[in-house]
Amino acid sequence: MFQLFKMAFRDLGRNKRRTILSALAVSVGMGLLLLMSAVLVGEMRGALQNTIQLFSGHLQIRGLNYDENKISLKWEDLIENPQALIDTVTAQYPQIVDAAPRLVASGIVTRGENSRGVQVIGLDPESEANQVYRQGVIAGDFLTSGDREGILIGQPLAEKLGLAVGDQINLLVNTSNGDVDEQLFTIRGIYTTNTFGYDESTVFLPLAKAQTITGAENRASLIFIMLQDRDQADSVAAALQSPNYTVVTWRDMNAMIVQVEDFANAYMTIFYLIVLGITATVVSNTLVMSVFERTREIGILAAIGMKGRRILAQFLTEAALIATIGVIGGLILGGALSYYFELYGFPMDISKMGLTGILINNRIYTHLTLDNVIYLSVLTYIVTLLASFAPARMASRMEPVEALHGK
Amino acid sequence: MKEDSSSKEFTMEVTNISNVTRTFTIGKVETRALRGVNLKIESGEFTALVGPSGSGKTTLLQIIGCLDQPTTGSVIINGQDVTKLNRNQRADLRKGTLGFVFQFFALIPTLNAYENVEMPLLLSGQKNGTRKERVMELLNAVGLADRAHHRPDQLSGGEQQRVAVARALATNPKLILADEPTANLDTENGRQVMDIMQRLNKETGVTFVFATHDPRVIKYANRVVTLRDGLIVDNNGSSPK
Repeated sequence: MFQLFKMAFRDLGRNKRRTILSALAVSVGMGLLLLMSAVLVGEMRGALQNTIQLFSGHLQIRGLNYDENKISLKWEDLIENPQALIDTVTAQYPQIVDAAPRLVASGIVTRGENSRGVQVIGLDPESEANQVYRQGVIAGDFLTSGDREGILIGQPLAEKLGLAVGDQINLLVNTSNGDVDEQLFTIRGIYTTNTFGYDESTVFLPLAKAQTITGAENRASLIFIMLQDRDQADSVAAALQSPNYTVVTWRDMNAMIVQVEDFANAYMTIFYLIVLGITATVVSNTLVMSVFERTREIGILAAIGMKGRRILAQFLTEAALIATIGVIGGLILGGALSYYFELYGFPMDISKMGLTGILINNRIYTHLTLDNVIYLSVLTYIVTLLASFAPARMASRMEPVEALHGK
Repeated sequence: MKEDSSSKEFTMEVTNISNVTRTFTIGKVETRALRGVNLKIESGEFTALVGPSGSGKTTLLQIIGCLDQPTTGSVIINGQDVTKLNRNQRADLRKGTLGFVFQFFALIPTLNAYENVEMPLLLSGQKNGTRKERVMELLNAVGLADRAHHRPDQLSGGEQQRVAVARALATNPKLILADEPTANLDTENGRQVMDIMQRLNKETGVTFVFATHDPRVIKYANRVVTLRDGLIVDNNGSSPK
């Protein structure tokens, strides 16, 4: 075995440039794949984190008949006196970090001749659960509980409608009795969550004002709950179950992200195989050239009694060495790139992608997982060895007399 | 040189070739390199295969060496009909029974002299200590012990061919086949290689069969077999001393 590696190592050293280029092809291919996998994981983690933080929370308590797709405002679909329920559950479950009522309505923002459909969220400006919006204010101020005319809008919406703090807009909102109501609001602040799709289509009112304009009175669409840890969601949800309302977890609400991730993973496997196929071709080509250059040597080795399987093992060992160097290089390259983009992220112009349904951050922070490192290292190794099997077999099946004559 | 004890167990007849033909087909052209050769080689012989280019010397050596298969006829090496052996069995036979010295200096360029001689012993599964002792014994025998760690490109042509002779002897083969072993050497180096081969033949009793058309080499042989146009025309000539 030692002899096998010694010979393989020396054979690779004969044409150093070619060996280095082959290993480099494996390194670059694998490095890019590691980065791609880190982007995908980072993107999906970011999307999930965004959605939980901005939209779903870890848990939501909803009225029994509430249908989030219809954004119903009928009284029977809403939760009456949500603050009482919040006080009860927060006292009962220490896992709950924040809980806040939200009233969700659909509406249309109009400024002059321009209008946009939006989701109107009434929230409690004092609640810790809404800190993300308070911190995201980039112009003007956050809302206050008693404000009856103020509205908070997202940066992309402000840019599209040419709005600034202090400007007035007309907001048309659905109401609980099935009518619409409208009112002029003054823009108190402009926020960003760095999530284009969300910021473009979501405006905020103080909860009390939202309850008034929609006629929901002291009702809310849902109670938004953040836990100490998202893994507590299932157990707390089970404990909270009641015949008076339903409890849904972040997992239920974000099934689409999980599905998209699965879908993306399936596509990525095909992408991995294409990239590795290209690098494997380079390694295969290197070995084919090596076999042709060493035909006479193969003949000599066969003449002194080396069997075909030992010759096969010799060339596979050379491929294994190239793969090893390539995988190590790929780990360094992919690891370094992933680490850099994990720290600094890279910009992603979601506004041009037309993505809806997933709250993808405008800046993607990569995340390299140990699973992906192991999976891609093993996959690269196997694909490289498989690609080298054909030239190795060609060498092992040469007739000694023909090989000795360099044929 | 120590004489290998197994060499005493040889059948007296190392090689027996009967009615061997070898036809090469290139495109639609058939070339009959051997046209019905019969040849017996006894243990301990130092035999020259002579004849002009294209007479079939190399083809005959390759068939005796199990590097090639005859089109028809039988080839018995050390009592075994090699035409019935499969690829791996022929490789085993080459490894244990036969040694080769080629016209070009057929060493592995990435291995030094020591490692080249060691290679057949490695393939035979010899232990490290045994290998070391045997390799140094052989390098001493060909006068290259001090060049053991030189790679082929650091050795002269004559030195390379002497390493090849040492390698051919490594596993104590019954028969060593040499195809024009001095063709690429100058007179002095050619003489040195032939002297060594002749000495080893006398000291160890190993059988040598070598192809040549060089009169200076032919004179070393104690038997000369002459081929012409794929046939043996003189089976038991004596060398011109």
